[in-house]
This record gives sequence, structure tokens and C-alpha cells, in this order.
Amino acid sequence: MTRASLFAQDKRTRARNATEKRFRAYGLTAIVLALLALLWLLISIFGNGLPAFKQTFLTFPVTLEESVLDKSGTRDPAVMAKATTITYGKVLTKALEAEATAKGIDLSALKKKGLANLISEESPATLRNMVLADPSLIGQTIRFTALAGGRVDGYYKGRVTLETAALDKNTSPEQLAVADKLKEAGVLTISLNSGFVTMPDASDKRPEAAGLGIAIIGSLYMMAVVLVLALPIGVAASVYLEEFAPKNRFTDLIEVNIANLAAVPSIVYGILGLAIFINMVGLPTSAPIVGGLVLTLMTLPRIIIPTRAALKAVPPSIRDAALGIGASRLQTVTHHVLPLAMPGILTGTIIGLAQALGETAPLLLIGMVAFVRDFPGAPPSGLFDPAAALPVQIYNWTTRGDPGFVERASGAIIVLLIFLIAMNAVAIYLRRKFERRW
Amino acid sequence: MKDQRLESRVDTQTIKIQARGAQVYYGTNHAIKDVDVDILDKTVTAFIGPSGCGKSTFLRCLNRMNDTIASCRVEGKITLDDEDIYDPRVDPVQLRARIGMVFQKPNPFPKSIYDNVAYGPKIHGLTRNKAELDAIVESCLRKAALWNEVKDRLAAPGTGLSGGQQQRLCIARAIATSPEVLLMDEPCSALDPIATAQVEELIDELRSQFSVVIVTHSMQQAARVSQRTAFFHLGNLVEYGETGQIFTNPIDPRTESYISGRIG
Ligand SMILES: Nc1ncnc2c1ncn2[C@@H]1O[C@H](COP(=O)(O)OP(=O)(O)O)[C@@H](O)[C@H]1O
Ligand SMILES: [Mg+2]
Repeated sequence: MTRASLFAQDKRTRARNATEKRFRAYGLTAIVLALLALLWLLISIFGNGLPAFKQTFLTFPVTLEESVLDKSGTRDPAVMAKATTITYGKVLTKALEAEATAKGIDLSALKKKGLANLISEESPATLRNMVLADPSLIGQTIRFTALAGGRVDGYYKGRVTLETAALDKNTSPEQLAVADKLKEAGVLTISLNSGFVTMPDASDKRPEAAGLGIAIIGSLYMMAVVLVLALPIGVAASVYLEEFAPKNRFTDLIEVNIANLAAVPSIVYGILGLAIFINMVGLPTSAPIVGGLVLTLMTLPRIIIPTRAALKAVPPSIRDAALGIGASRLQTVTHHVLPLAMPGILTGTIIGLAQALGETAPLLLIGMVAFVRDFPGAPPSGLFDPAAALPVQIYNWTTRGDPGFVERASGAIIVLLIFLIAMNAVAIYLRRKFERRW
Repeated sequence: MKDQRLESRVDTQTIKIQARGAQVYYGTNHAIKDVDVDILDKTVTAFIGPSGCGKSTFLRCLNRMNDTIASCRVEGKITLDDEDIYDPRVDPVQLRARIGMVFQKPNPFPKSIYDNVAYGPKIHGLTRNKAELDAIVESCLRKAALWNEVKDRLAAPGTGLSGGQQQRLCIARAIATSPEVLLMDEPCSALDPIATAQVEELIDELRSQFSVVIVTHSMQQAARVSQRTAFFHLGNLVEYGETGQIFTNPIDPRTESYISGRIG
């Protein structure tokens, strides 16, 4: 009988190896496809959104004349408030005209309003608030940095071209030519847009002035509410169910329902929040406290489930050891079981929080989509002031007409992603820090 | 071996733990049937018997560790110093401070060696200051014959020790609360022969201060360390008496066949 050589594969082995190779190819294909999709998503978001972090500004000297802005001469903000943003708009336009003339720029080709349009409609209000806050500015000449209008900003970000400008009643090729000259003269600059993360939202016509300030604060307030409520309640509920509750029909029922609650669509929690917190309890709409409570309800099962899993994963021998020495149940849990379960609990909590941070639907129902211009106060009373939320702000901006908001929405997505990545990094860090072997 | 037996006779006749008509049920499974037993003070009592006969179950009745199993029900009367440990007035936590337990698998806390031993005295408020605690930790580690091996690394994790060392650490931890009775459930089953010999030696020394109850799979071990032996079979206490008598001259035929290796 001849023995088969080890160097030649028999038929079965060949078939087995082929199957294995095919399986690996499938897996690799799936992963490559997923990575490509992710890459495409990131490229499109960053391509659209990064310009939001840059902004076109006009910096020029403005003389704040008493005869225009404070005719009474009292320097009383209440009286000075009579001068409206229209007056301030004229002051700004005049000042820009003077600056352009001084730099030798020919403005004769501009139509009526062509110069005023270079400046964002938001800037007169900014200047007015500045003066009302500090009336001693009257009579002085200050260097003022105004936002450039949305079209001009779009021109430097490639959104607006000379061809589209010819068809656009809000701008003109002549205006853009003046803008180019102002840029050469150093009056018009493009620089980092810190206002994107500090300013409040702006109206539909002023994408250049729209910022995420209130949305970020609103989201932070809500996350604080969720953390303060959901973590202790969730952990306490899990510890009770896992370590103290008798195992019977009733606790089984609770267990099944917690799993079900985690699967309930989030908009249902929004309806619940509307019915309970706003209609029954009478809390204000658009308030971070209500958003936080709704998100707490939604997050609780998502914290309880991983927490219970983490508690279950603690070896029973540790509990026996502690009980055997005469530790009480609670001592056993707090001294031994919880520290061992901590990495799992924290990871679960942070993932729950991250989900809550990105949640939009329930917040729409409790009115967080309202247009808010005033910053909420400091907590705790600030929790009851109207605010926005990051994901809702994104949704809101994507529904607006001006193309400038596409850029803003993508920029807001980048901010949201940064928050999520930061939270996940914290989760990984905590996990490493608390992880122990046994 | 038998000669050695004759030397280590029972030193005392004081009854520490007494069980009368003890029954244990897991749901409908009747795991312990009508057991009467007297466990003497300052004596090593061995529970032997085939696997699944209820040795661990009965042992866990003695410090009410069975309370943690929802389906488990204990009937009958078990007393410690003539007080019924299942009396409603008894707090099981307080009871367990007086009846220490060492488990089959070494289960040190994932904390430092020092903290493992210090934990019991801390939660029971046995010490007033750090110096006293240090003294207890040292004396317990010495009693557990572990001091010389770990004295330079008390801050190292207890889980980093070898299996035999871990088990001795668990014994040190159990005796740190100064219990009156020490229950040991197959304490050597996860250990190698050398570590086993060390633990057995230790048990013999512990006898001067505690009443020790040890469950063991190994009849040699029972013969080596115990003065009295109880043989369990299918939930019944078949025979209970002096170790020498059980091994040399068993009365019940089931004991005889187990000892000679015919059931097991
Ligand atoms: N936690 C438990 N739940 C239900 N039945 C158990 C449990 N522990 C032990 N038993 C049952 O009780 C009987 C005795 O078990 P055990 O005391 O562990 O035996 P041994 O320690 O002598 O090997 C066995 O029939 C076993 O199936
Ligand atoms: Mg057992």
C-alpha cells in the first residue's frame, strides 16, 4: 500500500481550505464595504462642514456719534434704545464706505444697498447691544469687526460664484469685486469662527450668524440631568434586582419589561414626556429639564441592562467570600461587587448617555425645536429656561432654505461627533482604569 | 497512619454545634434527611461521602449560607452553644462572624493581601487603630503559615498568589474575625499535594482554638486531620463517630463499602 505524501493535499483538505478562503473573503469584503461607507460619510460631512469653522469678517473703524445714537445725550440705555438696528445699520454702512474710500476703492459700480449688503444683518444688532451695554462708547471711534453677509461668505467658501451672483438678487458680481478689493486692502479677512460654537441660532436669512452656543449648553444641561438621575437610579435598580430581589414571577416580569422598554422607539418617550412633564406637571416647554427627564426615562433601561450584566459577571465566589466573613448584603455589594462591576457599569452608562446626546425625536415633541435667542441661565434655574439641543439644531438647520445652512448643519454634525468621540474616549479610559483581574 | 490516629484523640466533649432532625430541601429535592449530629469544640470533624450526598449542603446550613439560595429550605433544629441559629431573632450576618468559612475554590478578594485579611476585623469593628489591625493581620497570616512568604508584599494583590497560598490567605481571612467554628468545604481539592500537606498541618494547629468542620473527598485526608468523622450517603447521615473507629471498624455496611472503595 502506498502512503499519501504529506506534501500533496487530499481532496477533502482542498475543499475545506477553499471554503475557509471563501469565508475570509466574504468577511473582508464586508469590512471593506463598511469602511468605505464610513469614509464616504466622513468625507461628505467634513467637506461640507469644515467651512463652518471659518468665517468672513470685515474690520473697520466706526465712529459712534452722539447726534445719531444718543440724541438726548443722557447716556441712559433705556432712552438710547430708541435708536434701532436700522440706525446702527446706517452707521455701519457709512463707516465701511468711508474706510473703502480711504483705501481708494471705487464703489461707483455698486447698486443701491450693494454696500449695506456686504455686512451681515446681524452686525447692526451686535453693535447696538455693545453700545447699550457700555454707553461710554458714544463719541468714540472703535474698530469694529462685523460679519460679512452670507453671500460674500459663501463666495469665499466656493458656494457662490460670479455666475450665480449675476442671477442672485441678494448679491451681484460688482459687489463681489468690491469684496475682493476689500480683501486685498485687509479690511475683509477670513478667520477662525469661534462664534459658531458660542453664538445663538440666527434667523433663516442669516446663516453667517448662526451658532451652536445655546444648543451646546442645552445638550450639556440635559446630559447633566440624565447623568445625575439615570446613573444612581439605574445602578440602584440593577443592584436591587440583581442582588436583593427574590427571583419570582413578578421580578421576571420586570426584567422582561425593562428589556422591552429599551426597545421602545424614542419618540414614544417624547409623547410620554409631553403628557406627563408638560401637560400634567406643568413644566415649561423647550426646557432642558424636560428634555433631560425624557432622556432619563429613555436611558434608564439602557443603563440597567448593561449594569445587570456587569453585576452578573462578578463571580459568585466573591459574594460567598464576603458573606462568609459576616459582611452584610449591602456591604458585600458596595465593597466588593460594585467595584468589580464598575468598568461595565461606566461603559454602559456612557454609551447610554451618548445615545441620549444624539436623540432628536423625543425632543421635537417637547418643543426643543423652538427658535431660541437668549442663553439659558446658570443651573439649576437655567434648566427651566428655553434652550435648544445639538441634534435638534442640526435637524432644524437642514430644513432651512438658505444654502449657507447646509454648511452650518454639517459643521454641527462635526461638533456632535466630537462630543460622541470624547465620551467614548472617556468610557475607554474609565474601563482601563477600573479594570481588574480576578 | 492508624498509629497516628490513636494519639490524636478527642480532647474535649463540649458540644459546640448540635443538629437535631435537620432537613434541607432545594425546592422539592430533599437534600438532607433527618440529620442528628453533635460537633465538638476544639475538634476537627470530617464530613465524608460520595459526591452529591449533601456534605456541602449540610455544612452551609451551619452558618446559614444556604439563606442566599432562594430555593433552599431548612427545617429541624441547629444550635450553636445551645442557641437555635434559625431562630427569627438571629441575624445571620452576626452568626457568620462567629462561624468562619473556607470555600472549595480559593476566593481571595481582588484586593491587596493585607486588605484581604483586614476586611473582616474592619467591618466588625474589632480594632481601634491601625497598629492593632496590623497586629491581627500579622498574627493571622502567621497562623495560616503564610507570613514568611508574603510579609514583604502585603500590598500585592491576593489574587496574584499561587493556589495553595491563596487558600491559606483565605484561611487567614476567615480566622481574622476570631470565629469559634471554622467550616471548610473541600479546602484542598484545588491544591497540589505539597500545598495540601501545608493546609492539613495548619488545620491541626487551628484545632487548639477552634472547632473545625472539614468536608473532604479524600478519605486519607479525613483520616489524617480529623478526630471525628461523619459519613453521609444520599442525604442521610449514615454513621458518625471517632475517626479511628469509622475507618477501622465501621458499623454500617454502606460505610464499609465506601471506605473500601465500592461506592463513591
Ligand atoms: N444550589 C443548589 N440548588 C439546587 N440543588 C442543589 C444546590 N446545591 C446542591 N444541590 C443538590 O443538593 C444535593 C447535595 O449537593 P451537595 O451538598 O453539593 O453535595 P456534596 O457537597 O456532598 O457533593 C445534590 O443533589 C445537589 O444536586
Ligand atoms: Mg460539595
